[in-house]
Amino acid sequence: MASQMHFAFVDGPTNIFRPAGTSAHSIFGLSMLVLGITLCIFLVVAGLLLYVLLRYRHRASSPEAEQEPAQIYGSTQIELSWTVIPVLIVVILFLATARVILSSEQTRRPAGALDVIVIGHQFWWEYRYPKLGIVTANELHIPVSEPSHPTPTSLTMSSADTDHSFWVPRLAGKMDLIPNKVNVMDLDPQTAGLYLGQCAQYCGTQHAKMLLRVYVDTPADFAAWIARQRQPALEDPAAAEGRAVFQHNACISCHTVAGTVAAGRFGPDLTHVASRDTIASGAVINTPANIRAFVDNPAHFKPGALMPPMHLNEHDLDAVTAYLTTLK
Amino acid sequence: MATQTPTTAVLDQTRTRPLWLETVHDWVTTVDHKKIGLMYIGYALIFLIVAGFEALLMRIQLSIPNNTFVSPQTFNRLFTMHGTTMVFFVGMPILFGFGNYLIPLMIGARDMAFPRLNAFSFWISAFGGLLLYFSYLGGDGLYGMGSAPDVGWFAYAPLTARVFSPGHSTDYWTLSLLLTGIGTIGTALNIVATTICMRCPGMKLNRMPLLVWLYLVTSLMAFVAIGPLTAAQIMLMLDRYAGAHFFDTQAGGSAVLWMHFFWIFGHPEVYILVLPAFAFANEIIPVFSRKAIFGYPAMVAATVGIGFISLSVWAHHMFTVGMGSWANTFFTFATMIIAVPTGIKIFNWLATLWGGKIHFTVSMMFAAGFLFQFLIAGLTGIMLSVAPFDWQLGSSYFVVAHFHYVLVGAILFMLFSAFYYWYPKMTGRMLSEKIGKWHFWLFLIGFHLTFDLMHIPGLLGMPRRIYTYEADRGWAILNMLVSSGGFIQAIASLLFVWNLVHSYFKGAIAGPDPWDAWTLEWSTTSPPPPYNFAVIPTVGSRRPLWDLKHPEDPDSNYEM
Repeated sequence: MASQMHFAFVDGPTNIFRPAGTSAHSIFGLSMLVLGITLCIFLVVAGLLLYVLLRYRHRASSPEAEQEPAQIYGSTQIELSWTVIPVLIVVILFLATARVILSSEQTRRPAGALDVIVIGHQFWWEYRYPKLGIVTANELHIPVSEPSHPTPTSLTMSSADTDHSFWVPRLAGKMDLIPNKVNVMDLDPQTAGLYLGQCAQYCGTQHAKMLLRVYVDTPADFAAWIARQRQPALEDPAAAEGRAVFQHNACISCHTVAGTVAAGRFGPDLTHVASRDTIASGAVINTPANIRAFVDNPAHFKPGALMPPMHLNEHDLDAVTAYLTTLK
Repeated sequence: MATQTPTTAVLDQTRTRPLWLETVHDWVTTVDHKKIGLMYIGYALIFLIVAGFEALLMRIQLSIPNNTFVSPQTFNRLFTMHGTTMVFFVGMPILFGFGNYLIPLMIGARDMAFPRLNAFSFWISAFGGLLLYFSYLGGDGLYGMGSAPDVGWFAYAPLTARVFSPGHSTDYWTLSLLLTGIGTIGTALNIVATTICMRCPGMKLNRMPLLVWLYLVTSLMAFVAIGPLTAAQIMLMLDRYAGAHFFDTQAGGSAVLWMHFFWIFGHPEVYILVLPAFAFANEIIPVFSRKAIFGYPAMVAATVGIGFISLSVWAHHMFTVGMGSWANTFFTFATMIIAVPTGIKIFNWLATLWGGKIHFTVSMMFAAGFLFQFLIAGLTGIMLSVAPFDWQLGSSYFVVAHFHYVLVGAILFMLFSAFYYWYPKMTGRMLSEKIGKWHFWLFLIGFHLTFDLMHIPGLLGMPRRIYTYEADRGWAILNMLVSSGGFIQAIASLLFVWNLVHSYFKGAIAGPDPWDAWTLEWSTTSPPPPYNFAVIPTVGSRRPLWDLKHPEDPDSNYEM
């Protein structure tokens, strides 16, 4: 139990007190001030309360036990003091907060910032890189931003259906994705690595498994990832049968595989699905067995997911699975 | 404290046994404020058990990661029904129940200003609750799986649009809230009219017991808050059935508009619920510390201040919506400044205790728990008011822990305190202090195990309203402990119910004034006769019974 708690606090993948990006850092600094002030208030007031409750409890043994205590009806000076002091504390807290709000929402981003459009769907994430011509899903790749050479990423966010919220605690606070509304948020991560999070606004049945994975890549890794994502879908002749099954079923009404007849936009883009670590918006790791089970019946991992069970026979299931695993 | 001998009149009254059907008829057709008050309380207690049971089912599901105890659909219904029930069919009715019962007695009146409106309000609210639960039979949830609403108690658009919420489950939610809203307005109107018009001779506004003052402010706030909610429900119905597009984003409507409507109701609602808890504290803390309330005028002013400021803080629920810097800054300030009048209240209670002789009855123990817990709830509230901190904490389990600290740690604790304090007046018998102490300590332990620890998964990134969570996040052990605390609270609550039933038959006879208290309800028999007072009293100060007991040193010498 102790080791589990230790893990949660020290290595917790979504611990808000382990900031790894500019925005999360500035929130962390402010939150330490707020925690300090509230802790002081707590110690003073709770200490007074405890003192009063113990010191002035009724003692049956006391000679004056039956006598009523002196009645005091109020004191303007004292009451004024405990009005003015809280007002001063509030003003201090407010000014510190206003500074962070105004600075974080009104920064001008550098010319080299990467633009990514994030679209929330029930229950997955669509990412579009308009300047790079890349469309992907569920696993966001962005470059690490060295303090000497900042390369922040600007997320332009909206929703295709219900409200969602993008929350990767170690990188930044959350921002909602709301249909008919465009929100902007910057990520400026200083350390490469994988950052986890999940949808933080109730969006329907599978809100819980609308997970977020943000890969912060070194410049070399990021360039390699871009190069691979820009290529058209691989056409492995060995998977021709699976491709035919895929293209002759309803798969293509919802999914896109770039360069083929599959051009649906209702579900995640599958052009490079095999290059991802997970499927079903992070619900399970990407293995042929999991892909097969998911295609057979998505409710197996995500009851309530909008993809229907495909009702393929065993042979076709195997073929489609083989095809999808070639889409590197 | 002085002890009273039982009056035989009380015993004789309870011995007359009418036929069962006569009793039912008597209660169903009653317009007596005390009976309506008790029906409100009884009704709320039943729903408290139902919604508490829903909470336990959720806690079982969340106690381990990737649990499959309930389906996601069921879980989403559970948190929707738990929230809606607790706010509209437990919190509101139980507080109105105490208000109904106590206000006429405390101002020396024989009934509410509009007794039949009072009965109407109760019944329409009661049927609202039944309608909500009928949805389990008659509704049709998301994906046609049937039954209760699953859109959350906040029912954010566009999840409530017909395309995302087919069937009728959302309609049951909408209609039941519309009905209970009518009942709330009726009762609020009644309380305002009663306090303005029905006070006994000598009870000027500045001699009114603080409880009555706070109920007056609560009721005025209900007028302002319920309107937008009702309007939003009607707009939602129009969207769903008449082709309107207020919130229907697929046709250009605004999801954010619903949030504004909902929270301009929702945040004042929090204060509508918490002010009655403050009201109980204002009566109970002075009596058990044997001192007059410290700073009566400041307490009234702080209450009115909270009432006004609470109308301008709603969008702190929307810091992550993308309202822009200036709106975020304004709502941060408005939210923080409410700490000032709230602080005045805590300090005035502290000063009331200071120099007193504090009797730790079970009622006072719950009040002491309330003071500590409300302090903590207020401080986590300050953290959440800091908009950037809220970008991390909002919609996480930290928020769930924070508002349960208010609703359970403050309001429910003060309700338990009120039960132990006024039960003797309502039934003529004392609640058992022995069972009460077990109830208090078990509930206190369970409460802190659950809600102290619940803050931490929020800090570790756990969002609300998820039916399950990943094993690799480090939330599992905390959730297991949180769940086990929930069961301790459930056991304590059963003890409380047992105490209510057992003491009704076997409790010590209370007499008219078991606590040696000072307000008018203690000047009549327990339980009071239907007409409350044989002779309408006349008062000369805020504590008429103190004046009566201390003719050498009456309060009227000191009050402004």
